[in-house]
Amino acid sequence: MKDKLVDAIVNLMADAVIDLPRDVEDALKKAMENEEEPARTQLIAILKNIELARQQKKPMCQDTGTPTFYVKVGVNFPYRDLIKDAIVEGVRKATKEVPLRPNAVDVLSGKNSRDNTGRYIPYINWELVDGDECIITVMPKGGGSENMSTLKMLKPGVGLKGVKKFVLEWMVEAAGNPCPPTVVGVGIGGGADIAMKLAKKALLRKVGERHKEKEIAEMEEELLKAINSTGIGAMGLGGKTTVMDVHVEIAHRHPASLPVAIAVQCWANRRKSIKIDREGRIWNID
Amino acid sequence: MEYRLNLPVSEEEILKIKAGDVVYITGIVVTARDEAHKKAIELYDEGKELPVDFSKVAVFHCGPIVRKEGDEWKVVAAGPTTSSRMEIFEYDFIKRFGTRIIIGKGGMGDKTARACKEFKAIYAAFTGGAAVLAANAIKKVKDVYWLDELGMPEALWVFEVENFGPLTVTIDAHGRNLTEEVKQKAREIADKIEF
Repeated sequence: MKDKLVDAIVNLMADAVIDLPRDVEDALKKAMENEEEPARTQLIAILKNIELARQQKKPMCQDTGTPTFYVKVGVNFPYRDLIKDAIVEGVRKATKEVPLRPNAVDVLSGKNSRDNTGRYIPYINWELVDGDECIITVMPKGGGSENMSTLKMLKPGVGLKGVKKFVLEWMVEAAGNPCPPTVVGVGIGGGADIAMKLAKKALLRKVGERHKEKEIAEMEEELLKAINSTGIGAMGLGGKTTVMDVHVEIAHRHPASLPVAIAVQCWANRRKSIKIDREGRIWNID
Repeated sequence: MEYRLNLPVSEEEILKIKAGDVVYITGIVVTARDEAHKKAIELYDEGKELPVDFSKVAVFHCGPIVRKEGDEWKVVAAGPTTSSRMEIFEYDFIKRFGTRIIIGKGGMGDKTARACKEFKAIYAAFTGGAAVLAANAIKKVKDVYWLDELGMPEALWVFEVENFGPLTVTIDAHGRNLTEEVKQKAREIADKIEF
């Protein structure tokens, strides 16, 4: 079973870096149709690149990211003990076979491990759920967009207005750096760590999918409109679509704190999932 | 305007190009990121010899994926990396080496724009993330330097390219900086938004 899981991880990584999800591609197409020069040229190049990556089975971007996993494991899933090792080995194998760019550098020595593994890397976010199945999602997160992440502990007195202002101003300063059109994840509340976890997890939501709660969905729409009105545009060259979507998640906060975390995902909004059942059967899921 | 340039380019050719123009280049392109910029400047200041003449090539902010097939390196994916990280080096780099074309993504700041004006150079953006498109324009890996020391993303990769582009010029040799103009306008719009 371990070998089967390792191969499934290799395929999952390959699929994620080569084949962009359709909802993202559709959003980029819509942006292109709606755009003028010089942003139009950028979006045409992006769409052509997505197609070439699929045809030639090559990673769409040379930055194949930090391998970040989200694992939902059922309490009765029989292969719980194999998952971690399978992910680490799968990443190592995928680095050679796909190939991926080696992106894990030792903080102390500055040396690249050359296989995308190292201290805490690949990183696995675990979630224990009911049942006997397991869902593994990979988000290969590029460095350029990751560098545009931020966290601010706002004074609660500034309220949600202050939160929105902060997000807007931050995305203006980020400008062309995170490879727009981007998807923005915003985590509000909790503590510093919880806000950032929520912001990043929000990136897994499909483009165009609104939060279930009306008030949060409205905040997402409002931010989306505000950021796009600034005209940063594709690659920061000026244009109508700076962000494809904004996803907000919230947690209850401490009375004295109002943490706001922002995670930015480049246009190459890569995410892929598989489901494994108790018999060890594996499916790709959307 | 659209230009097809053969490297090396002259000062006259560079002066013709304006911010907003699109260029395609043919010739030698060398990758350099943070570490390579730092090392090149250090070696120059110590009076040591460099493996590449940066005045004749275009410098590309890029950390590619390359794969060895037999004795030859093949480029798998090679889009640009975020240029703003090189802002702290680029003035000193252009001043020392006389590089005329810098390629990256996301735009660069005032200091680089000043170098482009003073030393007659341009900065052009390749579409971020368009790594397969870029790889298709790279005909050959001629050489690689500093690979063992700096690793695959940071090494100096010497590429022979043909019609490499589209590259959108965002900083010209006349002092215009397109992405900074866009950002300044965006700041003014954002300031007026009330939630």
